[in-house]
Amino acid sequence: MPGILVVAETADGAIAPISFELLGAARQLSAQGGGSVTAFVAGPESLGAALISHGADSVIAGTSAALASGTAEVLVPAVTAAITQSGADVVLLGQTSFGRDLGPALAFSLKTAVAMDCVELKIDGGRLRVTRGCYGGNARAEHTWKASPQVATVKPKSFDALEADAGRSGSTSAIADAGEARVKVLGTSKAETTGVRLEDAPVVVSGGRGLGDPGAFKMLEELSGLLKGATGASRAACDLGWYPPSQQVGLTGKTVSPGLYIAVAISGASQHMAGMAGSKAIVAINKDGDANMVKVSKFAIVDDYKKVVPALIEEIKKLA
Amino acid sequence: MNIIVCVKQIPDPETPSSSFKVDEAAKKVIPAQGIAPVVNPFDPQATEAALRLNEADGGGKVTVISLGAESARDAIKHALAMGADEGVLLNDPSFDGIDNFQTAVALAKAIQKVGEFDLILMGRSAADWDMGVVPSGVGQLLGVPVVSVAKAIEKNGGSVKVERVLDDGFQTVEAPLPAIVSVSNEFGEPRYPQLRQIMLAAKKTVQIWSAADIGLGAEETGAANRWLPLEALYVPKVESNVEIIEGDSPEEKARNLAQKLRAAKLI
Ligand SMILES: Cc1cc2nc3c(=O)[nH]c(=O)nc-3n(C[C@H](O)[C@H](O)[C@H](O)COP(=O)(O)OP(=O)(O)OC[C@H]3O[C@@H](n4cnc5c(N)ncnc54)[C@H](O)[C@@H]3O)c2cc1C
Ligand SMILES: Nc1ncnc2c1ncn2[C@@H]1O[C@H](COP(=O)(O)O)[C@@H](O)[C@H]1O
Repeated sequence: MPGILVVAETADGAIAPISFELLGAARQLSAQGGGSVTAFVAGPESLGAALISHGADSVIAGTSAALASGTAEVLVPAVTAAITQSGADVVLLGQTSFGRDLGPALAFSLKTAVAMDCVELKIDGGRLRVTRGCYGGNARAEHTWKASPQVATVKPKSFDALEADAGRSGSTSAIADAGEARVKVLGTSKAETTGVRLEDAPVVVSGGRGLGDPGAFKMLEELSGLLKGATGASRAACDLGWYPPSQQVGLTGKTVSPGLYIAVAISGASQHMAGMAGSKAIVAINKDGDANMVKVSKFAIVDDYKKVVPALIEEIKKLA
Repeated sequence: MNIIVCVKQIPDPETPSSSFKVDEAAKKVIPAQGIAPVVNPFDPQATEAALRLNEADGGGKVTVISLGAESARDAIKHALAMGADEGVLLNDPSFDGIDNFQTAVALAKAIQKVGEFDLILMGRSAADWDMGVVPSGVGQLLGVPVVSVAKAIEKNGGSVKVERVLDDGFQTVEAPLPAIVSVSNEFGEPRYPQLRQIMLAAKKTVQIWSAADIGLGAEETGAANRWLPLEALYVPKVESNVEIIEGDSPEEKARNLAQKLRAAKLI
């Protein structure tokens, strides 16, 4: 019997939001004939309840202490055991630091392919078919697999998580597999961010190279603060050292889909769009009316941000 | 150290979307008029990492490998002009339309043919298919540990210490050599070849190896044997419905925008 294995991930000891999105995707595939949904998580069996309430039919917990390092090489044998045990022929991971690393390592070790950063998934004739962006977001490709299991990483914010339903039931079992750790983790440091997490923020105000000055991010932070949102940046701005890479929006940064995305002095390269095109409403502030960001936005101001943003802050304060 | 760097030639990822076209029937990108292909932007960073490591180590050899069309020789030449020593171009008609997985198999075989290595450096992903799987693949195929998305690499005796970029911070890891490390843009700007180095690079050798030269069987290559068959390739449609906010001054435009956002319940 085919089935779907969701490889969950944790953040600060709890199930990370992307895992619930993966379960949402897996339930859709299940309804299309994809079979039952098993979740694998590296951690204690107690994490199973949250996965079941969000859509897993059963949970396999990898309880070996070695898995805590989170490196792909220690996780591959554990996930492989979970695939064997569940009989899954579809394996879903998130397109996160964790999934970017584990997805390819797992696929090659199973002599199958992985499609990275998928935005659409469906079961077609009993097999998985996915859609993903490529060429920096300029094109879309659809893929199927030659072999099994069919491994895919899913772009964050592409699927909705299901509401937790405490009435759902399922079993949780444990496995002890783990790989040899050749790569040793010496330390991990968290980027310092104040306020709302970029991925969860209802409003994101992002700045680009056109700001011309790292100090201008203070102004954007004031604006995002007023709107109870978070501040992001284009890669050009991050590469210049103006803002931390953890706040980068785009293909090689974060995917956000806030209700409102305000892009200040960002041209709208396809690779930036790949991280924010799912925003409900986009506002562009750009002195170039032909900029791509202006074209995709709902509202745009074509002018110098240095004059626009302070006035916008003042007016929003008045409206508050 | 003996370092192998893998570089890929790709269509310019900065190609504006207005010039980006796809042949949907052939499932191929149509090269944009007047926009030359470039080296995948992360790959010069991998080359830079190789050169810096050997400079710090007091010597060594850097071999550059690229799988691609005849024109991919330019990607190799670029790395040679930066300071790499030798190049290998994997070129064969059967490589047309192969996927990242078949590419990993071919690169792994080529690396075995090159022989000894202490370190393999690659880019974090190639900006054509945006997959980021080849470094892991070559690692699995050669049985060598892989560290991805590096912003800094330091050699420490028989191992490398690597600082990785994570979604929400950084991680420092140590991997025994030989290892594979994929390099990200946070590594910093690669050096720009000077004219003299470009002239010197012209004298460096670039060997050309076919599928048969690296022992790649017919069943391993060719678009028909893709691990991830390509069913469709197209350009997504984007419609523009923008409302440009007017006003006599930037300040007035800002006030009008705030009112519009409030009316639309966006703030
Ligand atoms: C493989 C790859 C991955 C990438 N990943 C990402 C990614 O994840 N995220 C990302 O953002 N980019 C990414 N990029 C880079 C991307 O291609 C662009 O180079 C980048 O997004 C450009 O950033 P920008 O819009 O800030 O700068 P620019 O393109 O330089 O745009 C600056 C804008 O500011 C405007 N401007 C200038 N002055 C003013 C002013 N005073 N007032 C108002 N407007 C002004 C200009 O009109 C212009 O539109 C990637 C590229 C590659 C090749
Ligand atoms: N055809 C190729 N020739 C040489 N190196 C490649 C090739 N394809 C991928 N690579 C290497 O693998 C990295 C990641 O590519 P990918 O996994 O295809 O996104 C690139 O940055 C290159 O270093």
